[in-house]
Amino acid sequence: MGLFSIVSGQQLTITQLEQKANDVRKDIIRMLEHAGSGHSAGPLDLADILTALYFNIMNIDPVKPDWSERDIFMLSNGHTVPVQYATMAERGYFPVEELQTLRKLGSRLQGHPERTKLPGLETTSGPLGSGLSQAAGYAYSLQYLDNAKHRWVYAVTGDGELDEGNIWEAAMFAGKYKLSQLIVFIDRNNIQIDGPTDEVMPLEDLRGKWEAFGWHVQEIDGHNIESIIDAASMARAISNKPSVVIAHTIPGKGVDFMEYDYKWHGGAPGVGIPNQDQAKIALEKLRTLDGKITHEGMA
Amino acid sequence: MMTVFSLNPDLYSDDVKQEPTRAGFGRGLKAAGETNENVVALCADLTDSTKMSDFKAAFPDRFIEMGIAEQNLVTVASGLARAGKIPFTSSYATFSPGRNWEQIRTTIALNDQPVKIIGSHAGISVGPDGATHQMLEDIALMRVLPNMIVLAPGDSVEAEKATKQLAENGKPTYMRLAREKTPIFSTEESPFEIGKAYVLREGNDVSLLGTGTMTYQLLMAAKKLEEHGIQAEVVHVPTIKPLDEETILASVRKTGRAFTAEEAQAAGGFGGAIAELLGDKLPTPLKRVGMRDHFGESGEPEELLKHFRLDNASIAEEARRFVGDVPRYHQGF
Repeated sequence: MGLFSIVSGQQLTITQLEQKANDVRKDIIRMLEHAGSGHSAGPLDLADILTALYFNIMNIDPVKPDWSERDIFMLSNGHTVPVQYATMAERGYFPVEELQTLRKLGSRLQGHPERTKLPGLETTSGPLGSGLSQAAGYAYSLQYLDNAKHRWVYAVTGDGELDEGNIWEAAMFAGKYKLSQLIVFIDRNNIQIDGPTDEVMPLEDLRGKWEAFGWHVQEIDGHNIESIIDAASMARAISNKPSVVIAHTIPGKGVDFMEYDYKWHGGAPGVGIPNQDQAKIALEKLRTLDGKITHEGMA
Repeated sequence: MMTVFSLNPDLYSDDVKQEPTRAGFGRGLKAAGETNENVVALCADLTDSTKMSDFKAAFPDRFIEMGIAEQNLVTVASGLARAGKIPFTSSYATFSPGRNWEQIRTTIALNDQPVKIIGSHAGISVGPDGATHQMLEDIALMRVLPNMIVLAPGDSVEAEKATKQLAENGKPTYMRLAREKTPIFSTEESPFEIGKAYVLREGNDVSLLGTGTMTYQLLMAAKKLEEHGIQAEVVHVPTIKPLDEETILASVRKTGRAFTAEEAQAAGGFGGAIAELLGDKLPTPLKRVGMRDHFGESGEPEELLKHFRLDNASIAEEARRFVGDVPRYHQGF
């Protein structure tokens, strides 16, 4: 459990966190529909992990984004940044209304995250494979140069992103230096642009690969907030290895007509991101938690 | 306005002291490490070759061995910079920035992190290793990046000064170094400031603009030209980006002819940068010598300089022809 409660004086329950993740998903749908381009599946399926990180796991202060004692979050698969923007806005880094500027001229919310544009972003990413190295560099500094054992570096990568050689260079590096303050979540949603990951470029044995590189590996349901928090806690307890959490997720999670379908990875309205009608249906499904809630008042 | 540049008094002697620019880098990095505890060094399995070994011996805790992984080299450095460090990365220029350009673009230039990319073994004078290891495109690759500072020091003494300064400049910076020993034409007293060009020798007939170790060849060529009654001005341009426009334009305005030399592709390289500057601000006849759309090959460094007409005798011939063929063209601008 992070120090969120100390910083903000509040602690959300698991149910409240689940509702927060749902709010993040609704934000994502509205942002994408308004932006008219971007990516859907990854941001939706990462909502639970990002919510758990920003609202529970990480020691952060949205009012002081450069606070010297903060934990670090680096999004390696930068194209999923709508989920980060939405989570940051919900967490209080900037007004939720600003989310509607995504991808617009002059916005701080660039199509892919840029550190110099928005306080609270730790890096600039988008071209795949380099965010993990940056997280590893930061974790190296904490562990070997700054003697800051109480700070942690969290990173999220895609699974398609693991095709990149740079990832395995970083994996080898973090393994060599036993970067135990580095905790990586892999969004194992099994899709990438050209199709299922197993058809485009098989990744298995994924657990075995990371173990062979010297990492502590956990596998979880990436939509179970409690599992996400527990995995982070376990990872922090591992003191002699970097940690990777293979989070099994459903691409497009929360919007049934997007779930499991790689065509919703991203693209144009109607074919990759929701058009106006699709957004309306999606928001309705999210508002009622896909029919599980039969009365209004939740949002 | 012009800064006095003290030239090595032994400059024209046959036994002028020679040293590779990378050696100056090695000394400068160690000195920077002594001054600033945030300086860290990362190397991709070429620690002795790139002269990071002195820093490593002095500050083993601040040296990070990255293995042969240049993409990771610069991206880990970007993360270290975010954590408040001043990372120096080194490899051969053909690998870094040759192999990892996009990582440099996204995580260092666009991300505006003060990572120092040190590319050693640039140019054809790498010699027998051949074209694969003779980096010629690095100037073009790096000077096109917004936020990036690009340096090519002229000798080891200047490389040492440059290294100390770039530890403090707060910007993404690329520095090009050479493997081979080259004559030291500056002195400890010579000025060096990132962003400045220096007039080493005054003349009225042509501005010989050089970067990196080619400036020595220009000084020697200028001496040969004098024997033919041509007064060449030699301008040393160790900072390729941003260019010291004031000094360069003042010289070219005076001489009415511009001539560039570099151990790199002239297209997009230093000559390209000067062509852009003159095209924008002071259209002037320009001759560029350098590698002209071809790769290098194996051979001894001196042989290669002659073969590709980058030795001072060939340069003097080219410059003489240029001055003879081309009228001055500066009045009226």
